[in-house]
Amino acid sequence: MYAFIQFYNSSVGKKLLVGLTGLLLISYLVIHLFGNLLIFRNDAGRAFDEYAEILPQVVVIRVIEVGLFLIFLFHIITAAYTWLVNKQAAGKQYKVWKKGQTSKLSSRTMLLSGSIVFIFLVIHMQQFWYTSRYEAGEHFSMYEVVRATLSEPVYGIFYLIAMFLLGFHLRHGFQSAFQTFGLRDKKFTPIIELVGAIFWLLIPLAFASMPFYFLLNF
Amino acid sequence: MNFILKIWRQKDRNSKGKFEEYKAIDISPDMSFLEMLDAINRDLAKQDAEVIAFDHDCREGICGSCGLFINGRAHGPQHGVTTCELRMRHFKDGGTIVVEPWRAKAFPVIKDLVVDRRAFERIIQAGGYISVDTGAAPEASSIPISKANAEEAMDAAACIGCGACVAVCKNSSAMLFMSAKISQLALLPQGHPERKIRVHRMVEQMDKDGFGHCSNTYACEMDCPKKISVTHIARMNREFIRAKIF
Repeated sequence: MYAFIQFYNSSVGKKLLVGLTGLLLISYLVIHLFGNLLIFRNDAGRAFDEYAEILPQVVVIRVIEVGLFLIFLFHIITAAYTWLVNKQAAGKQYKVWKKGQTSKLSSRTMLLSGSIVFIFLVIHMQQFWYTSRYEAGEHFSMYEVVRATLSEPVYGIFYLIAMFLLGFHLRHGFQSAFQTFGLRDKKFTPIIELVGAIFWLLIPLAFASMPFYFLLNF
Repeated sequence: MNFILKIWRQKDRNSKGKFEEYKAIDISPDMSFLEMLDAINRDLAKQDAEVIAFDHDCREGICGSCGLFINGRAHGPQHGVTTCELRMRHFKDGGTIVVEPWRAKAFPVIKDLVVDRRAFERIIQAGGYISVDTGAAPEASSIPISKANAEEAMDAAACIGCGACVAVCKNSSAMLFMSAKISQLALLPQGHPERKIRVHRMVEQMDKDGFGHCSNTYACEMDCPKKISVTHIARMNREFIRAKIF
């Protein structure tokens, strides 16, 4: 335990844990996306409804849910703690500071993009996870809940913005995690960038296609 | 060439500083930035005014003494040069130039543009060395080192410890500086016996001195006058993982 506290307290250790938890979280995005793509089946949502009904009955899913929640907490608390330490260390009072010339906006706004994605997640969980678990009645259709929610312009657009920011967060986060693990070098960087594009570009785009689909009333 | 300069003036560590405006008249485009400051100081001396304090020594880009935050960039707008190597022809004639000291909690301003960079020395003292027996130098080619490793170690050893990486980092992290030394010694067989204790002690000292964490914005690499690559930070992270976990 003492060794872990020492590891956690060091600047490199904290970053390693933020990167590791971040990668665990995005691996869940892949599973989540494949399930959700059932929405696009041309069967009035039957396959998706069946999938949504089975999910809570699977024990492994329940365990994963608890794990995800804990990993989330850890990721957020450690990242926020790191941000605080960095704010204290910074001491920047430059009159002129051309940040844009030396670094990418996505790398400087991780706390902001992450926080908005977090707010989105809380709302998202309330609307879908909570509803399906605790408000499901006799003739409950998850597909109907999703359709009704995402076709509502305010929420649909908020969903799109959140997906944009998720991509923005991962644009920096994915490759940054590998840099922290010490794996970025001349040989691996192109591979990391390529796989990273799946996470920061393709996956958020695929998720964004759902509110698009319902907003445009398909 | 003529310039208007806005320069940070601060009496000592404890006083509150402020920007003062100066005119640099008839400056040769071939002058270095420090020579331009010398010209202003000469005029100030003639008027019996307090000259502007700034660090400098070799004036040929290898000592790491000079370092100013010029128009929003560490060592000014040119890539891969120190302040002393920066020529005035890279600035717009008649333009305004804002000159500030390095800003970081771990680098307090001592006077005007001079900051206390002793924290860097403490990091090196914590582990940035190899322990060798004294005596006659051993035969140079008795330990074979691959060309690739020798080259990369040399690139890391090019760090002059100027502090530009800390100055430009939004977290005032000293990772690029520290990783250059750790990487250099990790690439060479002479550095191997102490590699675990080195990374442990140096990271601990960096944290103790109040530098921030690295958030991989890579701004340090952009403003490093010796073009030290952030791949050295990756290697340092590997060394850290190896020391702590394996």
